[in-house]
Amino acid sequence: MGSTSGRTNEGLGRRDLIKRSAALGLIAVPTMSFLSACASSDSGSDEKVEKGTKSAKNPLGVNETAALEVVIFNGGFGEQYAIDAEKKYNAAFPKAPKVKHSATEKIQSILQPRFNGGTPPDLIDNSGAEQMDMGVLVGKKQLADLTPLMDAPSYDDPSKKVRDTLRPGVLEMGQFDGDPVWIMYYAYTVYGVWYSQTNLEKLDAAYPETWDEMLALCEKAKKKGIAGWTYPGKYPYYLPFSLYPFIGKIGGREVLDKIDNLEPNAWKDPAVKAAFEAYYELFQKGYILKGTPGLTHIQSQTEWTKGKALFIPNGSWVENEAAPTTPEDFKMMVGAPSSLDASDKLPYGTIWASGGEPFVVPAKAKNPEGGMEQLRIMLSEESSKNFTKSVKSLSAFNGGTDGLTLSTAMQSGVDVLKQAGDNVVNPRLQDWYVKLQKEQIGIAGIGEMMAGRATPAETIKKIQAFADAAAKDQSIKHYKHQ
Amino acid sequence: MQHGKYRFIAGFLVVPLALYAIFVIWPFAQSIYYSFTDWTGLSPDFQMVGFDNYSRMLDDDIFWKSLQHSVLLALLLPLVTLGLALFFAFMLNVGGRRRKNAAISGVRGSSFYKVAYFFPQVLSIVIVALLFQFAFNPSSGMLNETLKAVGLKSLQPDWLGDPDLALYCVMVVLIWSTVGFFVVLFSAGMASIPKDFYEAALLDGADRITTFFKITLPLLWDTVQSGWVYMGILALGVEAFTAVQVMTVGPGGPDYSTTVLPLYVYQTAFRDAQAGYATTIGVGLLIVTMLFAGIVMKLGRRERLEF
Repeated sequence: MGSTSGRTNEGLGRRDLIKRSAALGLIAVPTMSFLSACASSDSGSDEKVEKGTKSAKNPLGVNETAALEVVIFNGGFGEQYAIDAEKKYNAAFPKAPKVKHSATEKIQSILQPRFNGGTPPDLIDNSGAEQMDMGVLVGKKQLADLTPLMDAPSYDDPSKKVRDTLRPGVLEMGQFDGDPVWIMYYAYTVYGVWYSQTNLEKLDAAYPETWDEMLALCEKAKKKGIAGWTYPGKYPYYLPFSLYPFIGKIGGREVLDKIDNLEPNAWKDPAVKAAFEAYYELFQKGYILKGTPGLTHIQSQTEWTKGKALFIPNGSWVENEAAPTTPEDFKMMVGAPSSLDASDKLPYGTIWASGGEPFVVPAKAKNPEGGMEQLRIMLSEESSKNFTKSVKSLSAFNGGTDGLTLSTAMQSGVDVLKQAGDNVVNPRLQDWYVKLQKEQIGIAGIGEMMAGRATPAETIKKIQAFADAAAKDQSIKHYKHQ
Repeated sequence: MQHGKYRFIAGFLVVPLALYAIFVIWPFAQSIYYSFTDWTGLSPDFQMVGFDNYSRMLDDDIFWKSLQHSVLLALLLPLVTLGLALFFAFMLNVGGRRRKNAAISGVRGSSFYKVAYFFPQVLSIVIVALLFQFAFNPSSGMLNETLKAVGLKSLQPDWLGDPDLALYCVMVVLIWSTVGFFVVLFSAGMASIPKDFYEAALLDGADRITTFFKITLPLLWDTVQSGWVYMGILALGVEAFTAVQVMTVGPGGPDYSTTVLPLYVYQTAFRDAQAGYATTIGVGLLIVTMLFAGIVMKLGRRERLEF
């Protein structure tokens, strides 16, 4: 390193140059380079393929020679069910090229440039951590109205329309304001309190239908060194899966609707306070598995399948997700929220069930009829059965479980739905206001309360402030229950 | 020679400079442009909204929290990491006991330590963060099991689930994964310091600490300064983002206790579909990074030493 040209006012030392350019280059790295990847352009070639002729076999008038492109979210449900349905599409339209299928976990990264460029695929399963914001897509008129699909004759029975073959609430979930249907939720999720029948039997207990029984059972478990509850403490927005229907059961459907509508003081309802206090009691009495606030969803599910905790708030995907750690004789089941007391507005059995796995057809798709036809095929009994069999989840098709041997978890899902009857609630915060639901209510609110760092009263105040801010926020689209 | 030297250099660097302009400068300019729009990132239509995004940013509590955490990381991480790295490098190269016919040498086994320290560098930060996530698991993780084993059963922190600890857990992981690189960097720097200086210091009866502060550190100063900027960039940028995104609650920590600026940019752009506002926060991050680099360069000015 014995450089002798060291007088800095002369020439530019090699080191100086390297140092400066390195610093410049480095500064550039962390800031915004990853955002620039999505430079927008408005060169949208709005070329659609010509429509085909409508017929009994082809009610949507799909062009029989046009290509179809499908992008599937490759998550808990995998992609095979979609591939199977695409084979049927190819069989129905032999003149068309083979369906172009791709699957990814990174929906937004892959599809954002294509939306910006105006060349999106024909059918998208917009799901997972990188789900594109539905409100924005609808607001910016990026989605096709699926009403033609809903009004088309169903695949198995031409006398019925597709809309009449769906499970309750699925169609409404796809509407944002007014009649157009923007989203077709293909899976049907049952949310609630999940438990192992075997582990309850070991304590000579049945699923507690009242909160007093719940507390008594947790006490019994605690004496044996088993925790009553655990939950994904790193993602506390799992707690609402059992807490929201609990609130709805105590105070009635309208309490949840007010919350969804971001009405002032919606969270100050006595039902919310009662439900929060009941859950907070679980913490106070030490019924929550130690260390829960630091667990991921997988870790907490593993503790639960190991039998270290009896209950976990979750959705029906847990069966598939926890399968690797679930013992043979676990007998996984789902229960509706226990009754708080006799003054509850809704009967025991009230449950949260709703559509999942949102499929959309982009407005600028080249072959939107093809995308809808693909959905029509997926909503046939055969495809729905195939989906249920392979991924252990119900589909939006109402039925499709007859003749299948269901696992205990699936069967209990079907049973609680039957028991619930009309008392199915469907809170929409997680679809309408993702940030509010997950980050603010879930993590900053309920998560802190269940970790014992805030009281129910403080939490309600905090959440109400978040909700009020979201209601005032002009940069997000607002929705109301119809 | 003095005048036109930059032109002379630029003439040789025309191709890389063009690439730099296209792939770095131009996206910057674009991002700054988008920060004045309400672009969602999901559709090609957007309006100019003037300074709306900027005024929103200044009123945004989460932005200030993220900024606070980012600045804290940028101050603490380089200090601790470089301090440790300097100490290790000194021990490996100069700090050993005197052996025969070598005036200076590292501690025994230094070649093994070099490899051991450098090892985390080989692992991607994502892998490191995932591994540590298992170690921090409060219910069956290595840390709490160790505490149990040594009889501290009552002390079972939630680690990443505890708002007071989570950010420090992230820092520890970042230090663990970056210190090795700087050990190697400083070792290389120390190797180029002439041995006669050390011999002279020895003859004058200087102990290790004096030797370090009077000889090693001043002669290494250039390297330390570059390292400081580099580490600050890591703390403000991608490494911190990855660790927080992979490890912490939410991600973003219990009650926003670990959220950092790049994570907030990412969430705003890719979860809330507000790319315009996200670029605004990005511009904020750019300003912070520039300030940081400027301050370090300014404070670090010293007389050039010739040897």
